[in-house]
Amino acid sequence: MDNAQLLLLASIGLFALGLVGVIVRRNALVMLMCMELMLNGVILSLVTFAAQSATVAGAVLVFLIFVVAAAEIGIAIPIVLLLSRQRHTLDVGAYGELKG
Amino acid sequence: MNLLTLIVLLPLAGFLLNGLIGPRAGKTFVSLVGCGLPVLAFAAAVRCFLQLQGGDGAALLETAYTWAVVGGTSFDIGFYFDRLSAVMTLIVTGVGSLIHVYSTGYMKDDASYARYFAYLNLFLFFMLLLVLGRSLLVTFVGWEGVGLASYLLIGFWFEDPEKAAAGKKAFITNRVGDAGFLLGMFLLYHVLGTLDMDSINAAFNAPVMPAVSASLVGVLLFIGAMGKSAQIPLHVWLPDAMAGPTPVSALIHAATMVTAGVYLVARLNGIYAHAPEASHLIAVIGAATAFFAATVAITQTDIKKVLAYSTLSQLGFMFVALGVGAYGVAVFHLYTHAFFKACLFLGAGSVIHAMSGEQDIRRMGGLARKIPVTFVTFAVATAAIAGIPPLAGFFSKDEILWFAFSSETGGSTLLWLVMCFTALMTAFYMFRLLWVTFLTPSRMTHEAEHHVHESPLSMTGVLVVLAILSAVGGFISIPHFLEPLLPLARAQESLEHYEKPLIVLSVVLAALGLAGAVYVYRGGLARADTLAARFPRLHRLLSGKYYVDELYEAVLYRPLHWISDRIFLGVGDRFLIDGSLNGLAALAQRAAGRLSRVETGNLQFYVVLAVIGVVACLGWVLGHG
Repeated sequence: MDNAQLLLLASIGLFALGLVGVIVRRNALVMLMCMELMLNGVILSLVTFAAQSATVAGAVLVFLIFVVAAAEIGIAIPIVLLLSRQRHTLDVGAYGELKG
Repeated sequence: MNLLTLIVLLPLAGFLLNGLIGPRAGKTFVSLVGCGLPVLAFAAAVRCFLQLQGGDGAALLETAYTWAVVGGTSFDIGFYFDRLSAVMTLIVTGVGSLIHVYSTGYMKDDASYARYFAYLNLFLFFMLLLVLGRSLLVTFVGWEGVGLASYLLIGFWFEDPEKAAAGKKAFITNRVGDAGFLLGMFLLYHVLGTLDMDSINAAFNAPVMPAVSASLVGVLLFIGAMGKSAQIPLHVWLPDAMAGPTPVSALIHAATMVTAGVYLVARLNGIYAHAPEASHLIAVIGAATAFFAATVAITQTDIKKVLAYSTLSQLGFMFVALGVGAYGVAVFHLYTHAFFKACLFLGAGSVIHAMSGEQDIRRMGGLARKIPVTFVTFAVATAAIAGIPPLAGFFSKDEILWFAFSSETGGSTLLWLVMCFTALMTAFYMFRLLWVTFLTPSRMTHEAEHHVHESPLSMTGVLVVLAILSAVGGFISIPHFLEPLLPLARAQESLEHYEKPLIVLSVVLAALGLAGAVYVYRGGLARADTLAARFPRLHRLLSGKYYVDELYEAVLYRPLHWISDRIFLGVGDRFLIDGSLNGLAALAQRAAGRLSRVETGNLQFYVVLAVIGVVACLGWVLGHG
């Protein structure tokens, strides 16, 4: 098993860990962190492929994902903050009536 | 200077002025604009006429505007002024102006004074477009326009549903005729590639005839003429059109618009001269209408209805003349008819004005001494229409009878007999109207009698002018004047020596009608009532107008209504169109109702769904890769 395969396995592991975390945890902050794990899993796979094929396209895409992730977290954290001020809890179940 | 364009545009300016600023500008302004511009148009028409007479007899041509250029052909709004259009234009603007002046008295107290004059000017505009148009297309625009103006004016008092319905009836009946007119136009354009009426006549008069049946074109265009000129079977709208104000009946439904059909056939005489079948049809329809309407007029008791049926009958006379090839004579009768029928209608308006709105002649009587000017003018016009010499109607009607008898193209003894009998009835019902309204002992209530008053000068003055014209108008021989344009039908030589005896006979007929009416109605209505009681069936048939309206209702209206209601509305509209749309909406609503249960508010559940979706997409892509 070479490095690329190991790295890909690690990225799948990160992604799966994040996914499971988002699905099973009810704490909003932990869910956000798990989402970051998923993103990192994807980034890791991109970097691996870029290195394997000796091109820079994958690496460029990584920077784009950084930007999107930063923007996403920049909005998500204030929302969570505002929500927790209302109910004094981070449990997403408490905000169920926000459904459309 | 573009005088012809000016003639047409002056009334349009009147319509715009009165329609836009009339209601705020006061009645003096409205009267000045409403009457002044038609009078100016009349003056311009006289000027054109003098110019035409001064020239070498060639028609005046003017192109106001190029409407469209399609391929190589251009469609112009062009005007054509020859002797025929000159006669028509002078009648339309002259009688029209008189009636405008009369209206200032008749409509004085109406709340919608400005609207009335705006419509009246609009009518004049379209009528002049119809008469002056060089191309059939321009004539058709005028043709439709006068229909519109007629609709607006019949339903002028639209608060009354019956009057609004009469307007609709006129409009719809005219549409039937217009379909024929359009088809005729299409056919002519298809074959000749032009719609200019002078070119059409020239094409049919050329040694090589166009490759189309002249009779087919003739019949199609005649269907249009039938609608506008209210000939059987499209006559039903004209009696109902009496719902409009009386000056409107005089202008539109007696003197000008209804003669449009006569004008059209006379204008396109090139086609009809080569269409014996169409000409026979015209003569037969004309004779049938003349006869039928005259019999109905005998029993009517509404003063305007009598005149309406008399108009139908006189239009029938004109079409008989057209059918036997005496185009100039038809225009002659059109011209004398415009004077005496306008005078009769305006006289009737003056009577109605005097009686404060009463129209039933059974509740009148003895008006001769109370409203003498109206009586004298009405009597002159009655004598004119009945054909008492030397008044105008005598000359034109006598010529029609002569050509119906002797013309080489379609004259026949049977036609002549029918027309003679109709002429007799004309004299009878007109003198009946005169006697019952003016000369029998009064049958008014005491209160009504107290209110009777002569009309103002604006009305009586017009009546006097029209009465003089109906008296002397016959001395201008229009057929002779038009002969270079509309050659007269030739009389059969073997019959020529009958001409003098027939003149005597037509005078005798008029006198007989007069004597009959005097005999029956001298002492009041008693003798007429006995007569009606002796022939109850006939009387009911005639006063029921042959039940044509009822027949149309049963044969046309009911089935159409049923089909519209059940099939088009019930099946087509409600079931197919509404049903399919409502069904789609209900489907979407129900599906949305089901799907909305997915929205639980549980964030984790959404994530699971999203993951399932992504996995399904990936699976699909891989499966179809």
